[in-house]
Amino acid sequence: MKFFRSHVLVGINETSLQAGVQDFIKALRNELAKQNLQEEINVLETGPLGFFGRGVCLSVFPENVNYQDVKVEDVPELVEEHFLKGRPLSRLQLDSAGKFTPKFNYDKRIVLRNSGIIDPESIDEYIGAGGYEALEKALLQMKPADIIAEVKKSGLKGRGGAGFPTGVKWSFTAPLDAPQKYIVVNADEGEPGTFKDRLIMEGDPHQLLEGIMIAARAVGATKAWIYIRGEYKLCIERLQKAIAQCKEYGLLGKNILESGFDLDIDIRIGAGAYVCGEETALIESLEGNRGNPRWKPPFPGVKGLWQAPTVVNNVETLANVPFIIKNGADVYLSYGSEGCPGTKVYTILGDVAHPGLCEVDMGTTLRTIINEYAGGMKKGFRFKAALVGGAAGVFLPEKMLDVQMDFPHLNEYAAVLGSGAILVLNEHQSVVDMLWSILKFFRHESCGKCAPCRNGCQQLYRLITKIKKGNGTMEDVDLMVSIAQTMFSTSFCALGQSPIMAVRSAVDHFKDEFIEITKK
Amino acid sequence: MKTLADLKKIREKAQEDMKLRGGKVRIKIVVGMGTSGIAMGAREVMKTFLEEISNRNLTDVLVTQTGEKGLSSMEPVVDLIEEGKAKVTYGNMNPEKVKKVVVEHIVNGRIVSDYVVATGD
Repeated sequence: MKFFRSHVLVGINETSLQAGVQDFIKALRNELAKQNLQEEINVLETGPLGFFGRGVCLSVFPENVNYQDVKVEDVPELVEEHFLKGRPLSRLQLDSAGKFTPKFNYDKRIVLRNSGIIDPESIDEYIGAGGYEALEKALLQMKPADIIAEVKKSGLKGRGGAGFPTGVKWSFTAPLDAPQKYIVVNADEGEPGTFKDRLIMEGDPHQLLEGIMIAARAVGATKAWIYIRGEYKLCIERLQKAIAQCKEYGLLGKNILESGFDLDIDIRIGAGAYVCGEETALIESLEGNRGNPRWKPPFPGVKGLWQAPTVVNNVETLANVPFIIKNGADVYLSYGSEGCPGTKVYTILGDVAHPGLCEVDMGTTLRTIINEYAGGMKKGFRFKAALVGGAAGVFLPEKMLDVQMDFPHLNEYAAVLGSGAILVLNEHQSVVDMLWSILKFFRHESCGKCAPCRNGCQQLYRLITKIKKGNGTMEDVDLMVSIAQTMFSTSFCALGQSPIMAVRSAVDHFKDEFIEITKK
Repeated sequence: MKTLADLKKIREKAQEDMKLRGGKVRIKIVVGMGTSGIAMGAREVMKTFLEEISNRNLTDVLVTQTGEKGLSSMEPVVDLIEEGKAKVTYGNMNPEKVKKVVVEHIVNGRIVSDYVVATGD
């Protein structure tokens, strides 16, 4: 076979035929012969080239340069520049700058690697895509202690918000001698603007189930509950289907894969209380009580559901587990940043060109996420701030666009990583207005169990309403920060401890706006 | 199924099925049926595909569903997968566009570039 140093692929389709591709090919071959390159460069006629341009399109390999709208009269210049001198002719190169090409980084995904590829309602497709291999390994080749050691080594941190190391959490529950232990999956995704768990559950429900099975094996639980938000009809439907398929295949029930391991998974539907995302309130709700948080300690890992040792994990956390067990902790450690391995799923909303979701390495900057995965800002708008993490989140100003998004780098703001919601505001949006709606939300969602949160949320709302109307003073702004700080120190659960993040970041980074509005 | 051997069998079979081998399925249509997709009319899109395919008696086409890819702003999103060719992703689909894609792409093998949002994976 003759060796060509370069191959030119010419796309033959309706468009290029109309543009006279046959004449073009003739001219190209003649010109190559004239320059005595016909032995070095191969011209091939092919179908679609994998991109879409105007007129005659070419792909040149091995350098993978794409041209569009090339005419017969361009041939001498093209041959001389590109094939003789080796400089791509930028004048005709396919201009991809104007058009946003969505980026599917499937090779870099962990929890969403199957979403958008396999049929979520088919267990066979999940198995075909390598599913339940981790379960095999966990049940038949590994001891529970090995599983915990592997998860510890992987450095997986809880994706619910607090970022507590998952392996460590499991190791509290595993050694306890109890007649019954439980796994509870926190799928009560109530943070405004967040829908990453929804995507995981509806795109790949079996992955979550596999994660639950491995977690249950590791800590010795035989019953798992998925506490899911009631609005997630599609997730509930698909999870129910997935559980039924697992039972049919013997992956749930008694003596799974002849390993002597029993497990049953049930779904419980939440009624839309924000506080029930807090693990102890969630447990109360599961037990059939009013969703109020419990005193800690004892932590749920020791005394949780019906006083039995209970591991409460977020959906995304558990969805990471099969990957870690199947590929080993070392592979997992190659994802993400130092001190914070793995990936993170973000949902991007607001004034960006293409709102949606993405899964990127931990430590990716906000700028990269917005520009590469959401197509940048909406046309004609400038970036002002991003509310990261929903209501219990922080406002990040422009100067923080290049901060790495991981637990060590966001330090005091790290709690917002959990929800992964990114709400982008343009320069015309008011941070005061946003803060008002956040505090209104907190006032509505405070469960009322403890005084700092019950009264504090009310007062915060009163103050921000006053400021928003233009009747406030800078003293009111300071008072707001002080109340939120007191709530942070004295509230019973994470709900009352959260408003400080939004309040402080808004006042710190957008002080001018508060000064402006209080002057009126 | 009870044992590891059974699971392995299922895995091998599923992997074969997913490869579009056997010559029975020439083209696979994958409709994104996540919440965003459904909200934007993915069910209608899927229904139209099924209707068009049965009207034309196309027996070598498979229609299936999947979750979201991350293109919420371009839903409903549909992938067309053919053996040995780059995957083509159509965005912002509706029943009218589906009819055109069936005629142009599936029957005549010409990609409708106006609706394409991405190629490859």
